[in-house]
Amino acid sequence: MDIAPDTSRATPAAAPPGDLAIWFFILAELLAFGVFFAAYAFGRAHNVELFNEMQKTLNREAGAVNTVLLITASWCVARAVEAVGRSRPATGARWLLAGIACGGGFLVVKGFEYADKFSAGINLSTNTFYMFYLSLTFFHFMHVILGLVILIALWVKTRQGAYGPADMNGIESGAAYWHMVDLVWIVLFPLVYVMR
Amino acid sequence: MNTRHLNTVWVVLMLATLATLGIGEFGARFGLAGPLAMAALLAICFVKGRLVALDFMGLRGVKFFWRSLLLGWLLLVSALIAIAYWIALK
Repeated sequence: MDIAPDTSRATPAAAPPGDLAIWFFILAELLAFGVFFAAYAFGRAHNVELFNEMQKTLNREAGAVNTVLLITASWCVARAVEAVGRSRPATGARWLLAGIACGGGFLVVKGFEYADKFSAGINLSTNTFYMFYLSLTFFHFMHVILGLVILIALWVKTRQGAYGPADMNGIESGAAYWHMVDLVWIVLFPLVYVMR
Repeated sequence: MNTRHLNTVWVVLMLATLATLGIGEFGARFGLAGPLAMAALLAICFVKGRLVALDFMGLRGVKFFWRSLLLGWLLLVSALIAIAYWIALK
């Protein structure tokens, strides 16, 4: 679907925002997650009853809250990039801080989910579903942590006035990485928590 | 990318997330279960992923090659999930 397409650019830009290297990194990450998603989906195809039964033991509301938190964090980061691009670093820093808070909220909610499962004696060897659930979500969890480290570094540098309309490379690269983490969760949430 | 556009995208993404949760929680009561629910969830997932790639990642105004890599990934992953789901139905 399209929402008021951006017409600010008459001709398409040759390269995406940020450093080209981050985009190769993002594509490599997406490939890794893609393989993981396919492995989960085909693993489920051979254990449908088990996966459907085990999915009921997940906290779907917590998954939805985390989707809201990650998407909101992404929106905050996009607003930060936009503000810095208009020479408003102080506003950009505030948006980055809001994004960091949402990303931190994701870790807290996911932490409670893990604590709940671990206290119930669930681990990687419980069954095939939980092997996938724990490894897939923890792989993503680690990416959220790395994304937050990047956002905190961006926040510090934005406060120092390191970025502006003439120097967007750093903030655009870090933002692209964070959006990738969001994009992956957008597939992960329905796949693991909802589809049955 | 102007702020109003980014805000609109965020609202659409929130509504789409609500729709995904709604299908999971209440879909079966309204006949939205099985392959139909699956198709709806994949369609919502694609719409959300596309908005994040084009508007948050800023690929909307970039050459088709870059957009096709991200959207191609979304389509490929969705297709693999759909094929695996179809196999499971048999």
